[in-house]
Amino acid sequence: MTDRTPQTIKFYQTGTHTVGNRLLDESKRTVQASMDRSNAITSGHRACQGCGEALGARYALDTAMRATDGQLVAVNATGCLEVFTTPYPETSWQLPWLHSLFGNAPAVATGVAAALRVKGRKDIKVVAQGGDGGTTDIGFGCLSGMFERNDDVLYICYDNEAYMNTGVQRSSATPPAARTATTQAIGEAPGNVFGTGKNMPLIAMAHNIPYVATASVADLHDLEAKVTKAMGMSGARYIHIMVPCPLGWGTASDATIHVARLAVESGLFPLFEAEHGEVTKATKIRRRVPVEDYLCIQKRFAHLFRKDAKDIASIAAIQRMADHNIERFGLLDGEAPS
Amino acid sequence: MFKQMEGSEAVAKAVALCRPEVVCAYPITPQTHIVEGVGALVKDGTLVNCEFINVESEFAALSVAIGASAAGARTYTATASQGLLFMAEAVYNAAGLGLPIVMTIGNRAIGAPINIWNDHSDSMSMRDAGWIQLYAETNQEAVDLHIQAFRLAEELSCPVMVCMDGFILTHAYERLDIPTQEGVDAFLPAFEPVQVLDPDDPYSIGAMVGPEAFTEVRYLANDTQLQALKLIPEISGVFKDVFGRESGGLIHEYRTEGAETIVIALGSVNGTIKEVIDHMHENGAAIGSVSICSFRPFPLDELRDALTGAKRVVVIEKSLAPGLGGIVASNVRMSLRGASLPVYTVIAGLGGRTITMTSLQEVFEAAAEDRLPDLQFLDLDHGAVEHEIVRARRTRRSGPTAEHILRQKAGGLSK
Repeated sequence: MTDRTPQTIKFYQTGTHTVGNRLLDESKRTVQASMDRSNAITSGHRACQGCGEALGARYALDTAMRATDGQLVAVNATGCLEVFTTPYPETSWQLPWLHSLFGNAPAVATGVAAALRVKGRKDIKVVAQGGDGGTTDIGFGCLSGMFERNDDVLYICYDNEAYMNTGVQRSSATPPAARTATTQAIGEAPGNVFGTGKNMPLIAMAHNIPYVATASVADLHDLEAKVTKAMGMSGARYIHIMVPCPLGWGTASDATIHVARLAVESGLFPLFEAEHGEVTKATKIRRRVPVEDYLCIQKRFAHLFRKDAKDIASIAAIQRMADHNIERFGLLDGEAPS
Repeated sequence: MFKQMEGSEAVAKAVALCRPEVVCAYPITPQTHIVEGVGALVKDGTLVNCEFINVESEFAALSVAIGASAAGARTYTATASQGLLFMAEAVYNAAGLGLPIVMTIGNRAIGAPINIWNDHSDSMSMRDAGWIQLYAETNQEAVDLHIQAFRLAEELSCPVMVCMDGFILTHAYERLDIPTQEGVDAFLPAFEPVQVLDPDDPYSIGAMVGPEAFTEVRYLANDTQLQALKLIPEISGVFKDVFGRESGGLIHEYRTEGAETIVIALGSVNGTIKEVIDHMHENGAAIGSVSICSFRPFPLDELRDALTGAKRVVVIEKSLAPGLGGIVASNVRMSLRGASLPVYTVIAGLGGRTITMTSLQEVFEAAAEDRLPDLQFLDLDHGAVEHEIVRARRTRRSGPTAEHILRQKAGGLSK
């Protein structure tokens, strides 16, 4: 199989996190760097400043538009992305776009794909998208059904680890200890409970679908490569993109990429690809950081860092999760996946 | 061509004749035979150019239908009872999006207590979801209504439910005329969607709508139903021209000329009602009936005309609005604006209880003498309910009611 990843060059920027497009020849530059990108979600939408989801969705859909030569239909679950892009009567979407309900985007996408197939429009591809609540919780049944039938849909989950649209409530993607409106930072065990939650990429892999990947808004080249690869395949595909939420996470609006990068570099959010249930590639961590670096800049974890009573045990428990990921996916140089 | 066949099989054939392009299937009794039948026709190559999709729930079934319809495919599914409730959110959504999906309801009761038999609680729960609701009186009408439903749905861009009584119709074998493919092709034009997901002409469907426009959107949903009031009889007329058979329309009147008592009902029970009416006419009773075929839109004016001259109305209905009484009766009362007729509500056939001619005749005779209470439960075992009320009052932890009623009925004592 051809590795389409354009990152044959290793970047060692210092003092900046720009991705160094100018160092690459034109063909290897990102879709986002192109003047003629589709701007699938065009300007004027109502996302918060620094919204990771707006960024992730534009990255992903511009790439999918490029990969399909604009022959793309998007289905959207209810959620922030749906709300902030379609303030009636305006819309940011520069492609045919359908929103039905919170929990049915995968099934709606199945229907769109079926209609296109029966109409002989195999050239048109279907992307379904939702937040973590719409994906890992309320849309889980429909998503599993779409996977199991291997319907010709790429489903993208924009994971900001809580129900942000309704005011930051816990989802099954909320990490342990995180403060949300329904896992308050009070009581004996403040924040979200340890030992709960589900790992959607691994669950997707258990369906033996052709392609599963995780991606981050902090790694644009990697994200675009994965979306491009997914669009070149058929059957059920799943990409899980971590998209920090300044509002829900309590981070500065200019820290979205920074905090997303720390999630990757700490090992808490491993970047990997899997085909037919087997991990085929994991992105190495370039500069490993302790989880504390990632946690301490987010207000949702502020209760772990109280001046008089730093919660060492919880931080250590989260570090163990990161360590486990690093070992499991072989995220450090010289380490093979266990 | 006439052939002896099961109602569900006939509906499957009728649906296939309409050349649906996407059909979603999820099993639920008593609807299951219909989607099985359509699936078999796809699999054996009779129905070509159709995607038959086995989904994981009714919620998914209608959601797949929503996606398919929005992408321009003629789309069909079927469900019943709990399945309809499980897809309730998508039922409203399909109507709100104006997607002309056709869905069969094999009418069945809703639990708890769980019950697989016929009544109208399921479709009645969705009466205000924005779908057109047609109720078939016979299996022949069920066949014909499906063919009409696709034309109606697509002309108005509004989804249509064809409701047929579970078991009583779905599982009944009788002699039926299945139209020819040529006939259906002549009657039903190709689907030209009013909105479609098309990369060459991209737009957003399902955007957020706030207070500034929501009322207008809903007004138009009502307007669509009012258009259907005109279109349903028209399509029924065209159907007659093509197939030579009266089917569908808003209401069917039976011996209403000069009738003092008019019985109103939906669905297959109208057959039984007509037999009772014939029998009573032999003894000189002035009684007739109206079968409501289109419950949504509700034919207020047509019903009012049909009831002109009547002295009383008896509504036989297979659903119950607890705390109120009859749903159909409440709607019927709206058509009687200005007229002061008594409207008696008779709740009958719940959970599949047989509606006998004897019981109906007793009710109609009592009605003719205005001896009926406003609300009556046909063939209610008064002893059983009174016993249960007393028993439940006696002990705080009286246990589950349904199980105690069952035990009583089985002759066991419950203390």
